[in-house]
Amino acid sequence: MIMMNDICKSYHVAKRNAGFKEACRALFCREYETIKALDRVSFTIADGEMVGYIGPNGAGKSSTIKILSGILTPDGGACLVNGRTPWKERVDHVRDIGVVFGQRTQLWWDVPVIDSYDLLKDIYSISKETYKHNLEELTELLDLKELLKTPARQLSLGQRMRCEIGASLLHGPKLLFLDEPTIGLDAVSKLAVREFILRQNEEHGTTVILTTHDMQDIEALTRRIILIGKGRVLMDGSLEDIRRGGGNIDQTVARLYRDYDI
Amino acid sequence: MKKYTSFFRLRFAMGLSYRAAAWAAVSTQFAWGVMEIAMFQAFYQAEPERFPMTLEAAVSYVWLQQAFLALFAAWMLEAEVFESIKDGNIAYEMCRPMKIYPMLFVRALAMRVSRAALRFGPVLLVASLLPGAYGLRAPQGIDRFCLFLGAMILGVLVTVAFGTLVYGITFFTISPEGLRLLVTSAMDFFNGAIIPLPFFPDEMRKVMEVLPFAAMQNVPLRVYSGDLAGAAAARAVILQLVWLAVLVAAGRIVMARAERKLTVQGG
Amino acid sequence: MRDGIFLYGHYVSVQIKSMMQYKKSFMLAVMGQFLTSFNTFLGMFFMFQRFSAVGGFTYSQVVLCFGIFLMAFTLAECVARGFDTFSSIVRKGEFDRVMVRPRGLVLQVLGSRFELSRIGRMLQAVVMFIYGMRTSGICWDMPRVMTVVFMVAGGAVLFFGIFLAGAALCFFTLESLEIVNIFTYGAREFGTYPVGVYGKHILRFCTFVVPYGLVQYYPLLFLLGKREEVWRMFAPLLAAVFVVPCYGLWRVGVRRYQSAGS
Repeated sequence: MIMMNDICKSYHVAKRNAGFKEACRALFCREYETIKALDRVSFTIADGEMVGYIGPNGAGKSSTIKILSGILTPDGGACLVNGRTPWKERVDHVRDIGVVFGQRTQLWWDVPVIDSYDLLKDIYSISKETYKHNLEELTELLDLKELLKTPARQLSLGQRMRCEIGASLLHGPKLLFLDEPTIGLDAVSKLAVREFILRQNEEHGTTVILTTHDMQDIEALTRRIILIGKGRVLMDGSLEDIRRGGGNIDQTVARLYRDYDI
Repeated sequence: MKKYTSFFRLRFAMGLSYRAAAWAAVSTQFAWGVMEIAMFQAFYQAEPERFPMTLEAAVSYVWLQQAFLALFAAWMLEAEVFESIKDGNIAYEMCRPMKIYPMLFVRALAMRVSRAALRFGPVLLVASLLPGAYGLRAPQGIDRFCLFLGAMILGVLVTVAFGTLVYGITFFTISPEGLRLLVTSAMDFFNGAIIPLPFFPDEMRKVMEVLPFAAMQNVPLRVYSGDLAGAAAARAVILQLVWLAVLVAAGRIVMARAERKLTVQGG
Repeated sequence: MRDGIFLYGHYVSVQIKSMMQYKKSFMLAVMGQFLTSFNTFLGMFFMFQRFSAVGGFTYSQVVLCFGIFLMAFTLAECVARGFDTFSSIVRKGEFDRVMVRPRGLVLQVLGSRFELSRIGRMLQAVVMFIYGMRTSGICWDMPRVMTVVFMVAGGAVLFFGIFLAGAALCFFTLESLEIVNIFTYGAREFGTYPVGVYGKHILRFCTFVVPYGLVQYYPLLFLLGKREEVWRMFAPLLAAVFVVPCYGLWRVGVRRYQSAGS
């Protein structure tokens, strides 16, 4: 169970102005401005839910994910994930979560994927039996058999994403963060990834939080959607709530963005 | 010609954008200079009669070297260029309406000058304010200073011409990284970056002084303090001119060959 | 603890396996590492062609000093390469990945880079050490052997601390890190000569600020029989304490990273 209550986070960012003169001035002094990334964000997610977390670029999606995964400490508010505060009990907390950053790899680039998996086994201290069991299951469901012997750098994007997802589930996490898992994938790989996520959720009851710009991902995977903009939760509802606007889902979201002026 | 000057300006601005790193670089070079001078001073105190130049000349050599490091440093040979020659991306550069030799020449020159432009002022300023034996003395006499400036410009051009020749040779080697390694360490050793040429044994120094490497930082840094003066300085400057001509000519020939090789093989 | 060492070994084996994918560039890196230090050696060699001693130290004694110091530096660099390249680890977002794994941060960063190519330099250091050992006229007894061991170990820990502090600075700024190079690569260059040679101000700095002197100059005098006080033998162990404030700085940096984001 995830509980976020009035979470706030702001950043100090050095102002950068264009122009040679400004740049020279920046050598001596800098001006800072405060940007509110999250402004009293609250929501609760029950075990086994699949939630789409959407919003325009810079809305605060990745700050939320970072707080939930223990990387970032918020300025205020409370957050509990399975009874723990992520940034205070980082090590225990991250044992129970899996994170896939779509744009970045967690595999060791130059060695066969199976070597990365073996190393992850030691990093997460997974017992031999559990590892064997999970690996077999993931190999079958994600069709990894041939890929495991290949170095990560030689994999296509779609193949790599399958391996990434496998890597983040080896330790059997209860909670899975997927940050744009289908970005850049071809149609076949997208379908395979979606199908796998659905199955994982059904069979293991894994809670999934998905951030994406791909509305088909949302339609295929989630029943609940949290829309965030300018650091605030603008809508927390079902796919139907969004559809109620009529037209297709991209248009609805675009209109919502306009309505809320973000 | 205009396209080369605007290319120079573009590259120059790119170099300037590293300005935040410039402060750090200035302090680094300052500390480096102090340590180097302390070392020379230790040797001087041990056996002053064996010191091949005045201590003052050694001090100014060190400070000028630190201040203008980017102009002469061997590691300024761009790994990026080696990389693009290796993977063939240099072919894209050749689509532009520029000759490849002047383009690479201008590019290297702009990079060195822009890096040095941000750094030399503060280093020289602080160095000239330092007390006692560590301080940099003002140049003695306007004619010597002019000779210093001339030798410096020639030195930079020789450095760049040599670098561009190396880029050209890179087209014909199997291992650009290997070549880069060997050339940079040879350059460091022979151009007086590690210890100034007068510190080498006489027999060796005589040979080293006619090599193209000696036509780089060695001449201006020693002319400044008068360590190299009179007929010897004139000879050294003439040698700089000769090497510049030879290196540019060789560079153009090699690059023309490389260009032909690229167009024939398709990169 | 044992588990940690085992995991580190696993990390290293993956690193070495990766390196062996690029045998040619590995060999070139080995050669490059050798050449840079060899140039420093040549500089010193030719200085001694002209001068017979500096600060009371002969050529053989300086070679011995350089050999020991370079061994210590190379050991530290080999292991702490992850800290040395930490700015790129932060910039690439690799550190976020480190944070979502249930292990110590230092261990994971150390494990992320291992530079075997430093054996080129190590070889040179060992050759110089053997040459210096045989020609500098030391009568070897147990205390002298121990002194050498302490000098190498203490020096390695000292450099490890400097690399760690440099990495910690990355949390505050990614731009002005060149300064750290004075204390690592600069020290490697100038550590050629016993630091007492550079005059009393620099010796004072190398005693009380960054204690290079404690792992090099003071025990060296004991080793060469110029001084007999026994504390000199144990001075390198005192220098190792330097790693404590460095670790403190690292902790502060991590906390800042957690609150400021990247």
